[in-house]
Amino acid sequence: MKNSNLGKIARYQIIFILLILALAVALVLSINTGSVNMSVNEIVKIIVLKAQEGSVNSNIIWKIRLPRLLAAAILGGALSVSGFLLQTFFRNPIAGPYVLGISSGAKMFVGFTMIVLMNYVSALPATVVVLAAFIGSLISMGFVMAAARKVSDMSMLLLVGVMIGYICSAITDFFINFAQEKEIANLTNWSMGSFSGIGWSDIQVMTVVVFISLFVVMMLSKPIGAYQLGEGYAQSMGINIKLFRLLLVLFSSLLSATVTAFAGPIAFVGIAVPQIAKILMNTSKPIIIIPATFLTGAVFCVFCDLLARTMFAPTELSIGTVTAFFGAPFVIWLLLKKKK
Amino acid sequence: MYLQTADLSVGYSGKALIKNINIGVEKGKILCLLGPNGSGKSTILRSITRHLKKIAGTVLIDQEDMNNFSSVESAKKLSVVLTDKVAPELMTCEEVVATGRYPYTNHFGKITEADQRIVEESMAAVSILDLMNQEFTRLSDGQKQRVLLARAICQKPEIIVLDEPTSYLDIRHKIELLGILRNMAVKEEVTVVLSLHEVDLAAKLADTIILVKDNHVYGCGCPEDVLNDAVIKDLYGIEHGSFNMLLGSVELPKTCDLEPKVFIFGGDGSGTLCYRALNKRGISFCTGILYHNDVDYQVAKSLAKQTIVEKSFRPVSEFVFEQARKALLKCDVVIDSGFDLEGEDNRNKVLLELAGNANKTILSLRHQPIKANANWEKNVEYFDDISSLISSEGLKFRSNNSRERKLHRSLAASI
Repeated sequence: MKNSNLGKIARYQIIFILLILALAVALVLSINTGSVNMSVNEIVKIIVLKAQEGSVNSNIIWKIRLPRLLAAAILGGALSVSGFLLQTFFRNPIAGPYVLGISSGAKMFVGFTMIVLMNYVSALPATVVVLAAFIGSLISMGFVMAAARKVSDMSMLLLVGVMIGYICSAITDFFINFAQEKEIANLTNWSMGSFSGIGWSDIQVMTVVVFISLFVVMMLSKPIGAYQLGEGYAQSMGINIKLFRLLLVLFSSLLSATVTAFAGPIAFVGIAVPQIAKILMNTSKPIIIIPATFLTGAVFCVFCDLLARTMFAPTELSIGTVTAFFGAPFVIWLLLKKKK
Repeated sequence: MYLQTADLSVGYSGKALIKNINIGVEKGKILCLLGPNGSGKSTILRSITRHLKKIAGTVLIDQEDMNNFSSVESAKKLSVVLTDKVAPELMTCEEVVATGRYPYTNHFGKITEADQRIVEESMAAVSILDLMNQEFTRLSDGQKQRVLLARAICQKPEIIVLDEPTSYLDIRHKIELLGILRNMAVKEEVTVVLSLHEVDLAAKLADTIILVKDNHVYGCGCPEDVLNDAVIKDLYGIEHGSFNMLLGSVELPKTCDLEPKVFIFGGDGSGTLCYRALNKRGISFCTGILYHNDVDYQVAKSLAKQTIVEKSFRPVSEFVFEQARKALLKCDVVIDSGFDLEGEDNRNKVLLELAGNANKTILSLRHQPIKANANWEKNVEYFDDISSLISSEGLKFRSNNSRERKLHRSLAASI
């Protein structure tokens, strides 16, 4: 018994180390790849010594590549943790913010807010966008939760989520029809999903929101673990179910809303990554899985963004295209596995 | 009373289904709820465990209103085994059991050495130590139920509430599970509240029994006093078939109500198997002469068209003998289940000879020949087992099953 426990702990440690290494490799590769080639030596100098300040290369690193890949890492992690929370909440391994229509809800409300407020201000502050996305997420989440009361079948719930997603997208398109040209460019670009164009002030906002949420979620890992046995048992162990469910809804929505606010809706990361993390760790203990999910999500999104940028350079793919390419087959595999 | 409900009303969404429930159980005793499906057993249990909001009234533990306990305090006093399907991903049995330590562990749920000891003790109590590292979702239903019981024990409660814990379990696991509960009640003074479907097991397990029917408490008390055949029949609304409280066994409905043409000599339990075998074939029969204390009598009164019975521990009276003689002579076939032929004044032996002299077909399960030194003995057909007896020529035409009769006729014609 003791031996098997030690074996488990060793496995956790090794996987965490490997994930951190993978993230480091992904970050280094990302910063090193692009239309302008720079030597590693030069990049290190630019980042560490802040050399050549004001030069083109320095600008590329500091203003374009660095914020972009940091955003990919932070938002990828946030999206994955949001997926983990939703899977816990609905006790459904194929739930995620995108398939349940929560990302689309956020997109819809952000679009609405942009079109209304653009008449008064030229650019929306990041916090307002996050707030709008959060409200939109909660609206969608409300509908999905209402549906979840009626249907217990998990594939039915997903179907409802996908439909809600379509409705929200339709409404968003409707807004776009009435928007002015400049806004359309902004909206369509953003609604395709991309990590480009993110600045340092955005990074600040997302860091604060994501890491505070992550801290709270980690603090909830004990009740999340108990909740895996179902609501009835969780309650009998002394969990305040109503409060717990409320916190799950709020933080899963907040995390996915943050992602949508900065990068638009991104498909399949939320479903696939928590499952990959569970398979890697071979456990579902939240205290292990939450950080593992965050790291795996970060690695996954940084790599996907790298592919999106470089595969058909100079044309850039939307991040959603790349994540769907890897994520969707994985989800199909999950569905088939569950059927057995 | 250690656990008690005071004017408890339970139901769903504000509507009371069962009103004014006043039931209770002493510390270290077992309370069992019995009743048909949908009678409200689970509703009562789920209200006691606070999974359902009470409509009115209170539940008291040791004279204190449960509402005064925080959810963690109540988790330390009361744990549950629910009917909910549980499918935690990638959790080992040990981890599932360890969730029982939830109310005691720190903010991150760290399992200390003391906790680990209790986890292992709980698993040992239900003998599942060997399942420790197995994945929970891969277990059989019986094993899962035990793991969930170990989880409930691991919570170190004073009261365990179990909602139909024996569903899905085979007979061995039922016996083991209920045995564990009994042991806990006796040795550790844990109070057990549960609902069961098995009337016989409930009577053997529980100290107090609550009968629930049509959303009201129909009766309660000590099972030995409260339960009898009539109460069970009424509680479950059994119209056909019967439940024998004394034997704890079920008899299926009588399959044929025609005038019997088969007479069965029973006694010492040798008749019961014949009764059931004939009833399955749809053959009506009468049986006798049984003493009232014979185990065959308990089954015969459910299955036989006519049972000729004498009061225990006395010679068979002329009146009863005459009754048996009349019934016997009306029949064509006699089944001798192998009753005791000894004794000077053995009235059943006299009856058997009477049947032989009256040229009745006698089908006998006796291992030793009858040896009556009489001519009719050549009419006796001996069988090694019930299956050959039941498919013998002598019984074929007695079946109420018309399809079988037709089939037989056409077979006979073709030969």
